[in-house]
Amino acid sequence: MEIPYTVETRADTGLNNVKLGIWLFLASEVMLFGGLFSSYILLRVGAVEWPFGSDILSVPLATFNTIVLIGSSVTMVMAWASLKLKDLPKYKLYMGLTVALALVFLVVKMYEYADKFSHHLYPSESTFLGIYFLITGLHGLHIVGGVIVNSFLLLPGAKMWETAPERFTNRVEAAGLYWHFVDLVWIFLFPVLYLL
Amino acid sequence: MSADSPEEITAHVKVYINVFIALMVLTVVTVAISYVDFAVPLAITVALIIATLKGSLVASYFMHLVSEKSPIYWTLVLTAVFFVFLMFVPLLTMLDHIGN
Amino acid sequence: MDTVATVEHAPARAAHEPELGFWQKYVFSQDHKVIGIQYCITALLFLLFGFTLMMIMRWQIAFPGQPVPLVGGLFGAANAPGGIMLPEFYNQLGAMHGTIMVFLGVVPLAVGAFGNFVVPLQIGAPDMAFPRLNMASYWVYFIGGVVMLASFFAPGGAANSGWTSYTPLSVIATQGQTWWLIGMAFLITSSLLGSINFIVTIVQLRAPGLTWMRLPFFVWAQLVTAFLLLLAFPPLEAAAFLQLMDRLAGTSFFMPSGLVVSGQALEVSGGGSPLLWQHLFWFLAHPEVYVLILPALGIVTEIVANNTRKPIWGYRVMVYSLIFLGFMSFIVWAHHMFMTGMGTLISAFFQTTTMIISIPSIVILSSLFISLYGASIRFTTPMLFALAFLPMFGIGGLTGLPLGLAVADIHLHDTYYVIGHFHYVVAPGTLFALFAGIYYWFPKATGRKMNDLLGKIHFWGSFVFINGVFMPMFIQGLAGMNRRMYEGGRAYQHVQDVLQWNSFMSWSAWGLGLFQIFFIINFFMSMKKGKKTNDNPWEATTLEWEAPSPPPHGNFVTPPEVHRGPYEYSVPGAPSDFTPQGQR
Repeated sequence: MEIPYTVETRADTGLNNVKLGIWLFLASEVMLFGGLFSSYILLRVGAVEWPFGSDILSVPLATFNTIVLIGSSVTMVMAWASLKLKDLPKYKLYMGLTVALALVFLVVKMYEYADKFSHHLYPSESTFLGIYFLITGLHGLHIVGGVIVNSFLLLPGAKMWETAPERFTNRVEAAGLYWHFVDLVWIFLFPVLYLL
Repeated sequence: MSADSPEEITAHVKVYINVFIALMVLTVVTVAISYVDFAVPLAITVALIIATLKGSLVASYFMHLVSEKSPIYWTLVLTAVFFVFLMFVPLLTMLDHIGN
Repeated sequence: MDTVATVEHAPARAAHEPELGFWQKYVFSQDHKVIGIQYCITALLFLLFGFTLMMIMRWQIAFPGQPVPLVGGLFGAANAPGGIMLPEFYNQLGAMHGTIMVFLGVVPLAVGAFGNFVVPLQIGAPDMAFPRLNMASYWVYFIGGVVMLASFFAPGGAANSGWTSYTPLSVIATQGQTWWLIGMAFLITSSLLGSINFIVTIVQLRAPGLTWMRLPFFVWAQLVTAFLLLLAFPPLEAAAFLQLMDRLAGTSFFMPSGLVVSGQALEVSGGGSPLLWQHLFWFLAHPEVYVLILPALGIVTEIVANNTRKPIWGYRVMVYSLIFLGFMSFIVWAHHMFMTGMGTLISAFFQTTTMIISIPSIVILSSLFISLYGASIRFTTPMLFALAFLPMFGIGGLTGLPLGLAVADIHLHDTYYVIGHFHYVVAPGTLFALFAGIYYWFPKATGRKMNDLLGKIHFWGSFVFINGVFMPMFIQGLAGMNRRMYEGGRAYQHVQDVLQWNSFMSWSAWGLGLFQIFFIINFFMSMKKGKKTNDNPWEATTLEWEAPSPPPHGNFVTPPEVHRGPYEYSVPGAPSDFTPQGQR
């Protein structure tokens, strides 16, 4: 039994199911991080004192990470474009780069966390540190999720290119949309936590 | 799919590269501006404007929102409205007590 | 009239599909009908369990300090030494009754069971858009439910800080609260995956000719509900993570500075906001109550149309009201927080939006009442429940109005009036609608009808006793009797005159419980021994009745096409008093 419009576009909506599905998921993610940003605002405004992010956190490391993540967003969309141009080796190159850059981001993040912990700067120390660790931690978990999905699409999942290329391209596009979203969240996280 | 022919894809790739460059420039601006000594409310406003600009570029071009269909567009508008509510309204309920 | 696809043709279409093993067919099924039934049975069991918790609570309220009869020995010495309930145990029962009924019972039944089973059939689709995701949604719900139930066995018992889990009490509460938070994370995830599935299915998989204004109202209701779940749940998920960190990592998101517990200052950094939890919680929990009612309104509309043999009055206005209601439900939440000291301007804002949101509800209810005018009403069992729903939901809705006005809320907040209000909407409201739906769609799912006499006994007994439980709550609440008090309010001077209602209400609750036995017997007996029916025993117009009963995998032997609106009953000049949507 075939579910219609999984791959092909439905005429009156102009969409396929996967595309609509992933955007709806992203809408819910906007509200998830929205809840956390709202918490940040309330906690900061209600705080007696609030540190400058740059006094506690490392702006150079985070700037580097921002460039890395935006870079991985570009390589991700290039991976999808390569599939649209039917170039599988190029796709694998770009997807591989995306995963690699994501891993770099995570390594830097882990170094940042370890550095904080070694100075006894735990989440329980202050509400600033609490919200910092929670938001970047949840964001980091989203990166891990993206790494898992992208790695799957790079290696075992890529077999689908032989049997159902359009369906595979759609999957990569969906994974790309998720990945860009994760980048988007970081674009806001970075100035809010580190620079303000 | 919004773009199908190889020529269209290649044209899109050019856009991706340009957007990437713009994002890099804006990242530098974000960090540089943070060294300017603005009052906190102004600093927040400036930072959020730049971040919104960067985010819009990612959303519009990497995520193809410029050419996306209306169900998606309207779902996002609805989400944005509720997001704004969630950001500001809890704060408004506490405005009488800030600084107590 | 060439609409009905007979059962004989069904196997021919399914023949080219691989034969599925037992586990794939009944346990990890991707068929929306099997998943719908899984949700139905699991949710009904949770409803029964949650109801039982309440029946035990009502003993303590009516006869405080007396050993609980029959089951008192089962609770263990930590909860009820000598069968006498401890306050801590009462609090567990209260918190878990609410949690289980809302999150494990009503929503999974209304959305997971009815939504899953009926929506693809009503839109002429072969299944949901993402069958595997659907299967995952059910099992994640199941795990969440197991975690919630397991929490009773944690040291200190289950969560005991109310279903609302207000901080900082919930942060310093016993281990059960951690299980509650983890359970909620699973349930929220299940809900999110489900809501994505519903929206994509309804938008993308409608049969040819099924335009938006030809959709059965039930499908519209499920669509709006799915949007509520999609966008309102995530902030609670965020809040759950924050509370988990407060409990496990010693953070102070919700812990104010200077908190002293039992004479000891808490060793936390402080600086947190208990009100932050309330905002994030109610941002979800208010839309959640509309999640509780919208599918019920959808079910009632289907049954009213069918049993009045007339189109629904004001269908278009009802749809616009539904959409408006969904939108408004996101901007009223702080009416649960009028007593938290917010400024008068923002309080006025929330009072205004709360008053405005009553308008679409009234429009929908009125349309349903008006639909009865001039109708040939068939008093079938589903119709009895649907008819009762109307005034009961009316009472529930009207009693919400004083709560939505801050001035009156000063007196009524956290009293039994609130409990009466929301139970009227959910119990003789939503639950009655859900029962109506079970009696109505049982023949489609099984090919057999439920027994009518047992159904009517179930209805009348439930109707009488449910009013007996909840009506006096308004009297008690107006007298100022507080909620969540484990000895039924005896310590307070101002409620002495209304204490007499406690035992009346408790006996009504146990009577209500007794009459559910008729339903339970009927439900299981009819599966095997119920009177066999044809595909459309109710002579209904919507698409699900054009599929075989029960529908095969893939639902429709020939893909349906829709030619008219959903409620073409008694069309002048038509050969019968109903014209199916898919008929050419």
